[in-house]
Amino acid sequence: MKDFEPKIVCFLCKWCTYSGADLAGTSRMKYPPNGVVIKTLCSSRVDPQHVMLAFSEGCDGVFIGGCHPGDCHYQSGNYKTKRRVILLKKVLEQLGLNTNRLRLEWISASEGKKFAETMKEFTEEIKKLGPIPKIGCK
Amino acid sequence: MKRIGVFICHCGINIKDTVDVERLTQELETYPGVTYIENYMFMCSDPGQNNIKNAIREHKLDGVVVAACSPTLHESTFQTVLKESGLNEFQLEIANIREQCSWVHNDIEQGTHKARLIVKTAIEKLKLNESLYPVSAPVTKKALVVGGGISGIQAALDIADAGFQVIMVEKKPSIGGHMIQLSETFPTLDCSQCILTPKMVALSKHKNIKLYVNSEVVSVDGYIGNFNVKIKQRALYVDPDKCNLCDDCTEVCPVLVPNEQEEGLAWRKAIYIPFPQAIPATYTLDVDHCLGLEPIACGKCREKCTAGAINYDAKDKIIEEEVGAVIVATGFDLYPVENIPEYGYGKYPDVITSLQFERILSATGPTGGEIYRPSDGKVPKEIVFVQCSGSRDPEHHLSYCSKICCMYTLKHAKLYKHKIHNGQPYIFYIDIRAGGKRYEEFVQQAVSEEGIVYIRGKVAKIYKEGDKMIVMGMDTLSGKKIEIKADLVVLAMGIVPSEGSHDLVKTLKINTDDKGFLSEAHPKLRPVESLQAGFYLAGTSQGPRDIPDSVSQASGAASKVLALLSSDKIYHSPIIASVDKDLCSGCTICVGTCPYGARELDEVTKVVEVNEILCEGCGACISACPSGAAQQKNLTDNQIDNMIKIIASGK
Repeated sequence: MKDFEPKIVCFLCKWCTYSGADLAGTSRMKYPPNGVVIKTLCSSRVDPQHVMLAFSEGCDGVFIGGCHPGDCHYQSGNYKTKRRVILLKKVLEQLGLNTNRLRLEWISASEGKKFAETMKEFTEEIKKLGPIPKIGCK
Repeated sequence: MKRIGVFICHCGINIKDTVDVERLTQELETYPGVTYIENYMFMCSDPGQNNIKNAIREHKLDGVVVAACSPTLHESTFQTVLKESGLNEFQLEIANIREQCSWVHNDIEQGTHKARLIVKTAIEKLKLNESLYPVSAPVTKKALVVGGGISGIQAALDIADAGFQVIMVEKKPSIGGHMIQLSETFPTLDCSQCILTPKMVALSKHKNIKLYVNSEVVSVDGYIGNFNVKIKQRALYVDPDKCNLCDDCTEVCPVLVPNEQEEGLAWRKAIYIPFPQAIPATYTLDVDHCLGLEPIACGKCREKCTAGAINYDAKDKIIEEEVGAVIVATGFDLYPVENIPEYGYGKYPDVITSLQFERILSATGPTGGEIYRPSDGKVPKEIVFVQCSGSRDPEHHLSYCSKICCMYTLKHAKLYKHKIHNGQPYIFYIDIRAGGKRYEEFVQQAVSEEGIVYIRGKVAKIYKEGDKMIVMGMDTLSGKKIEIKADLVVLAMGIVPSEGSHDLVKTLKINTDDKGFLSEAHPKLRPVESLQAGFYLAGTSQGPRDIPDSVSQASGAASKVLALLSSDKIYHSPIIASVDKDLCSGCTICVGTCPYGARELDEVTKVVEVNEILCEGCGACISACPSGAAQQKNLTDNQIDNMIKIIASGK
């Protein structure tokens, strides 16, 4: 039987985490290929509906990367993201989904290593959780 | 449907080794929307760029996906290719298959699979991209500088010297700020007035600078490049053009008021000149204390003034100005010393602040530079300096370091020793922070040659016994309790944003940090810009700093302003928010979400509008909008949803 390969959406803010992901690349750090990136200007652009759509379309995990607290290019965008993720996790819980399928991390442009390690860790975690169960919110 | 061309780069072997570009090309050939596809060794090379240009022409492409390295590297290269081919540069998408794919994977199957998903998401996004044009607005070639201390003066002179008009607004009757109060300056011990007054005069004589003293900014409307400013100038009871500085008025004035310039160590009259070198060079009337404004009560100065410069009927004025940029240099105040009752300030006249000691040291000060203690005029033989008074004490007072106290306290001790050779200075300190150029040398010289005693520890209590001040503290190096009988105690007070800056930031709608200092756009890379476009920061309004740093920052802020004023128009990225007026319910959730004040409810239509110049495009409002009325141009919900669907399909 073929191993389960999770499908992961990664929303990365342009200023910090996207640059961090680029740095992981230029440093030739290896991590699993499961996460595919959607670049936003700020993590606060990630609408909770995008996260729900990702899960309902069959993604197994959603990753959101933003700048460290205090470093947001847009002053407070990452705090807004944090609050939204806390609320979203409550929604996931009510839907019977494991809240670990959604992960928010602060990764700066200089933390290529942290990006690669987080991708490894998150992919492993989703592998353990298995494929996303069907949720009916299309 | 859009005719999309996809161009896959090998990047030599950088991409080709882990992404099977030939297979990828074949697989995507039939993908909906793809009109033309090719791969090439180096897409960013001249031949590579020409391939794209030719394909745009031959295949009538109206959108281009370049699958290559990170957009950070070559997005602008390929945008130029599009522009040169007559296409809008926003019809380009970069699929990052190098940094975020080929370089982080070893397996060619995995790499090719992921690259396919990345390119497909780029194609899906591009399908819905609009052609966008930079938002532009004209620039008013004039700057406003708020605050006339050294930072404001430097910034104003830099801008004016470059040929642009400057409006300077100062709250007090003279410019000069705190620096003009200082005696000598560290680490060179040159006289503060000697270096500052020429700059003050240069400012007052500059043909490009208009100075408003006794004035405050009451409102600022508009946006970067186009601000409308209202300035309130308090009534000028003394006409600066007529006043000939004869000083006859002060002789007859019967009112005595503590002198602010002397930090309360001397008196002044209700009509006075703040200090002899004041700019503008004129006397000023303190309306709160003058008796002459009450009919018949006084009027002595007006009678005496042969120049006819005094007019009790003067009124406040509102001045309107249009400017393109604003520099905020509102300076600092000392932490209120009353907050530390155990130090006895106010109770004992021989406990004074660092700024008061500056005045005692100053040749133009109340003692003419001779060191006498305030209570009885005795020359202090033992003097205790208390650093970190109210700073670096998160539990009781300010949490942060004031940055300059280590240096000026040492300067105080040195100047004291230079004047009172047999005197003994003691300095209570926590750490010595001497990071500036030649600062450490300044400290070392004092410690080895000047006989200053440093005691590492905090002072717990100061009280009076006989005619001595008893300073009780702890020497944390030896663990012993210390008690010093001193003649004078000088408190190196913490630094806080200047009084009134709180109201000003509300007027200007700019941000502050949790301490009340102005927030920079980025702590490392944009230290002189505010997050609000068009506002720039200088000096201690942004945080404690010394004169060299203040001057450098002021020139930095001026250079940013000059870059802005040198353009006829300002351009702004069009990747910003928009509102679908049919969907907007006017709930205003987005208004509160916007950190830039770029959203406003139109009271007539009850629909929220976006000020395109103010919007920075973060997108926080879009995710907050409950009705989907708010959208980000070229990153709409539909675009993101379609990209998600590609990733979810796994194909």
